Amino acid sequence: MSTTPIKFYQVGSFAVGNRLLSADDRSIQSDPDRTNALTSGHRACQGCGEALGARYALDAAMRATNEKIIAVNATGCLEVFSTPYPESSWRIAWLHSLFGNAPAVATGVAAALKAQGKSDIRVIGQGGDGATVDIGFGALSGMFERNDDVLYICYDNEAYMNTGVQRSGATPPAARTATTQAVGENPGNVFGQGKNLPRIAMAHEIPYVATATVADLRDLEAKVTKAMSFRGARYIHVLVPCPLGWGSASCDTIKIARLATQSGLFPVFEAEHGEVVASTAIRHRVDVEEYLKLQVRYSHLFSPKRRDDVITHLQSIADKNIARYNLISDESASS
Amino acid sequence: MEKPFAITLSVNSSLANHTGSWRVEKPEYVHRMPPCNNACPAGENIQNWLYIAEDGSYEAAWRALIAENPFPAIMGRVCYHPCQSVCNRAELDEAVGINSVERFLGDHAIEKGWKIPAPAIESGHKVLVIGAGPAGLSAAYHLRSMGHTVIVRDATHAPGGMMRYGIPKYRLPREVLDAEIDRIKDMGVIFEMNTRVDDVHEALNEGFSAVFLAIGAQLSKRAYIPASEAARILDAITVLHDVEDGNQPLLGRKVVVYGGGNTAMDVARTAKRLGAEEAIIVYRRTRDKAPANDEEITEALEEGILVKWLSTVKHAGENSLQIEKMALDADGFPQPTGEFETLEADSLILALGQEVDFSLLGNSADLDTKDGLMPVDSTMMTSHPGIFAGGDMIPADRTVTTGVGHGKKAARNIDAWLRKTSFEKIENKDIVTFDQLNTWYYTDAPHVVRERLEATRRAKDFSEVVKGLDESNALYEARRCMSCGNCFECDNCFGVCPDNAIIKLGPGKGFEINLDYCKGCGICVSECPSSSIVMVPDK
Ligand SMILES: Cc1cc2nc3c(=O)[nH]c(=O)nc-3n(C[C@H](O)[C@H](O)[C@H](O)COP(=O)(O)OP(=O)(O)OC[C@H]3O[C@@H](n4cnc5c(N)ncnc54)[C@H](O)[C@@H]3O)c2cc1C
Ligand SMILES: Cc1ncc(C[n+]2csc(CCOP(=O)(O)OP(=O)(O)O)c2C)c(N)n1
Ligand code: SF4
Ligand code: SF4
Ligand SMILES: [Mg+2]
Repeated sequence: MSTTPIKFYQVGSFAVGNRLLSADDRSIQSDPDRTNALTSGHRACQGCGEALGARYALDAAMRATNEKIIAVNATGCLEVFSTPYPESSWRIAWLHSLFGNAPAVATGVAAALKAQGKSDIRVIGQGGDGATVDIGFGALSGMFERNDDVLYICYDNEAYMNTGVQRSGATPPAARTATTQAVGENPGNVFGQGKNLPRIAMAHEIPYVATATVADLRDLEAKVTKAMSFRGARYIHVLVPCPLGWGSASCDTIKIARLATQSGLFPVFEAEHGEVVASTAIRHRVDVEEYLKLQVRYSHLFSPKRRDDVITHLQSIADKNIARYNLISDESASS
Repeated sequence: MEKPFAITLSVNSSLANHTGSWRVEKPEYVHRMPPCNNACPAGENIQNWLYIAEDGSYEAAWRALIAENPFPAIMGRVCYHPCQSVCNRAELDEAVGINSVERFLGDHAIEKGWKIPAPAIESGHKVLVIGAGPAGLSAAYHLRSMGHTVIVRDATHAPGGMMRYGIPKYRLPREVLDAEIDRIKDMGVIFEMNTRVDDVHEALNEGFSAVFLAIGAQLSKRAYIPASEAARILDAITVLHDVEDGNQPLLGRKVVVYGGGNTAMDVARTAKRLGAEEAIIVYRRTRDKAPANDEEITEALEEGILVKWLSTVKHAGENSLQIEKMALDADGFPQPTGEFETLEADSLILALGQEVDFSLLGNSADLDTKDGLMPVDSTMMTSHPGIFAGGDMIPADRTVTTGVGHGKKAARNIDAWLRKTSFEKIENKDIVTFDQLNTWYYTDAPHVVRERLEATRRAKDFSEVVKGLDESNALYEARRCMSCGNCFECDNCFGVCPDNAIIKLGPGKGFEINLDYCKGCGICVSECPSSSIVMVPDK
């Protein structure tokens, strides 16, 4: 992992800041004068992980580029809650066009800047999982293939939240959405479908691909910062829990993201030119059940009848991730 | 400004949209009670002084500490640290070494010569403290800080009570004891040594407005042991007192100590240091039932002290003792077995506990006593108005730290009594439990073990056994504190709010909630490592 471990025992490098750390060792978010790319007054739900993830990522991008960034946003919650006309929460140059064309518009902005010789201004494309893995997928793949100089960030809340929680290609198996109801023999979303976009991005052999969550701020900041040190197409996939769509308590947003990583269901790693170069080890391993039981979208796995078969199936997915990304180092074996 | 085609409104910032109106609950910063503070018999705010020490502000940390307890260097050596037994960190890895950091601060203060200022204003009240043990000294210190004239009278020739005449030098070097007592003298407390008080009422007539009695428990308990005339039987308190005064007691080569408390351990270890070839402790119950502190038993065993558990002394002869083996009955009480053995012994030292010597108070014995102790009310006042008491002579734990706590509590109540007001302690019983902390954010950090003098070397002289921490160790140890229930400015709340509704006020000032934007999601509360924020209903 790219963050330097800090030998500091009270809060290590896990907390946002700490008065005892030198300014260089503090996270960008701990700075009282941080840029707040997404400022207050936005209309995201209480405890929205997407609002948090976007601010974390874009503040880091602003820091890395001397605040010279333009963001191109796909349609979705992030766009809707941040810009109800005539108000905007953005404190960066920001552009919205359509649900499915954000990567293509970002490519165009990058090309225009290049034509004008403004290589210091950097472009970010961003959208939800629906915009990224489904409707905008073709445009994104093209952007990757051409190696356009854009960092694309997907804020993955695992469904089409803005229109009322419909299934997307990133919705996990067994999860209940408005279009995958918890009925019948195999309730919720089906197993064996959907797309793993970080791996698809890696298959394009672009310079940089990474996954992150809102539970590890320092890791996310480090990855955005690192991404900005590359030219060409880059992709960061950030897991952002959605209290409304997942049926979780608004106060549990970060906790749930943390459990997703500690169970192995959401592997956190980095890849360069198609190869995994680092992964974040699990510190305190938990069973997937710890993660599932906090979310109403999985409640049908626990009542009226406990579905051990389905839980075991989900556990096997987590176990596979752990093996594939080497998520258990020797020291982190405790549970 | 001219607007583009089809645009009717100017672009505005969403800051105009006060999303705080969505809220039904709001977060609030609180100060909760850390378990360590709650357990400290001297009422120290441990979390607070650890927090101050964490950035290297040792003097400020020391001053915060001595606001409650004037003896950090002594505490760091003799306190049985009940704080560490309840430290929440124990559930993560190991308890914070509070006591060792306390000792570091105390020693550092002595090294630097930090002083306690004399009070700015004199109250005009005169208070008599009888007994210069920890209880009396603590009361004197606090009363003097409040501006009262304090006179301490003690029958012995040097102050400290059992800290000097009981606890041996190898656990509490006298330079340390003297340094911390001298600071109290320098505040203007008047010591009248070699002055036994045998009439408390008379003292009241001398113009004292109040009296604090802290005469301790000076009398060794006796047990009836049939003995031949030539048997040499001594009591532990007298032996330790004599050693302190430089009068080498004649103990012989083989010494047997009878009892299982701290005094027994100390007197056996002392006998070894005085040259006894063998020091054997005889105790009628088992190790886990022994009242002695476990660390002290370990240290004694390391030094080669032998212990006969489940044994009683039946008869003392000239050079030998008759010992009877005991067995625990179903209720865990020791019962005689009728099995005997003979133990060689040149002397037998009784360490069977102490009693309060009320005769020391002469004709003031009209104060109420009960079961050999002096009861006090919730203000530490005895049955006589204006006469307060604390330490070993009242019903409570008999430790230095408890005495210090009594002295402080009595001082605050005496002060209130003199001013004809009452002292109201603000109780905070909102104790932080481990499950309320978000320990994800604390890195694993095992605690530093204090070095001890090698057992073979230490049994030969009275040099100090347990070593202190150096500065880097102490800092590391202080920083292991999780700051239970009190913000330590980790910036988590400031970082995790999706609505930027937390205002960072700057170092030492903490944070504030911007209620214009706080939607009341509660993430800050969940992610606060130290449980220093709570959600409360918002009206
Ligand atoms: C050997 C030994 C080891 C111990 N080790 C520890 C330990 O490691 N940690 C711990 O916490 N506790 C320890 N204790 C217990 C602790 O020392 C006592 O609980 C504590 O000292 C009691 O404080 P005090 O102020 O009530 O009385 P004391 O310390 O007994 O002081 C009372 C003082 O009053 C004086 N006095 C008595 N009567 C009169 C009078 N009439 N006029 C004038 N002066 C008078 C005495 O001379 C004495 O100086 C130990 C005790 C002993 C005996
Ligand atoms: C072409 C098109 N189809 C459908 C929509 C309606 N629509 C708006 S946002 C959205 C879902 C967005 O989902 P996602 O990209 O996952 O973002 P989220 O809201 O979950 O953050 C949909 C279906 C649209 N705006 N345009
Ligand atoms: S629906 Fe979900 S993603 Fe959309 S604003 Fe609410 S919490 Fe955020
Ligand atoms: S972690 Fe710190 S505040 Fe908490 S109990 Fe231990 S010493 Fe006290
Ligand atoms: Mg989505």
